[in-house]
Amino acid sequence: MKFEEIKSHLAKYTVGIAGAGGLGSNCAVALARTGIGKLIVSDFDVVEISNLNRQYYFTDQLGIKKVEALRMNIGRINPETEVIIHDQILDPENILDIYKDAVIIVEAFDRSDMKEMLAETVIGSWPEKTLVIGSGMAGWGKTNLLRERYVGDRLIVCGDESTEISDELPPLAARVGIVANMQANVVIDVLLKMKLNEDNTK
Amino acid sequence: MKITLNNRPEEFIGSEITVSEMLEVKKYSFKMRLVKINGRLIKREDYGKSIIKDGDNVQMLYLMSGG
Repeated sequence: MKFEEIKSHLAKYTVGIAGAGGLGSNCAVALARTGIGKLIVSDFDVVEISNLNRQYYFTDQLGIKKVEALRMNIGRINPETEVIIHDQILDPENILDIYKDAVIIVEAFDRSDMKEMLAETVIGSWPEKTLVIGSGMAGWGKTNLLRERYVGDRLIVCGDESTEISDELPPLAARVGIVANMQANVVIDVLLKMKLNEDNTK
Repeated sequence: MKITLNNRPEEFIGSEITVSEMLEVKKYSFKMRLVKINGRLIKREDYGKSIIKDGDNVQMLYLMSGG
């Protein structure tokens, strides 16, 4: 498939991204570069200096809301990707409203309890939507332990599922970036499989 | 009874087991996780009453902090 064909197919879709930190910002940028039509991004944080070791922000964006900064950055990369932003903390109620139009949702939180809350809400309420979770990306090295795993057709986990962040094992650009891009890669794969299915039934 | 746990065959004593019991038997101590029985997500509050039976397909994933 040629890139123009990929791009024009992906332009038809809306992808939800829950969190705009290390996973969310990098995943969103990869998806925008590939031509996703619309991204729905939520986060309540502002850009801090400690984020710049892995998140897709710049020193002149310190203090700005992450979702605002991400929309600006994506606008500079691919203005054809529409970015809908929600500056708020997600909960089981607002998730159902914010992400209702997304065909795939990327879980991009840092806290594991938030990951669980999102997964329970999305899987419990929307069996037809695909959820791509990031789990286990702390530290450095061990690239080959990072993988994508299908837990059923519509739940995919990316990461090593074993490393947890700590003071001695912080999240760093390379490994977090790999997992963020793995999540984007799964999204692209799922959406292009839809195209192949559509083409086959024509 | 025999089940499939994360795509691998697994055997337990008795004819059924709750999710909580399975986690204990398998010594799965890490707290944050998702458990699915035959594709259905089991909420944390239901671990004590959700029954796994012979032939079931159980899938589990850990949710590690970081992102």
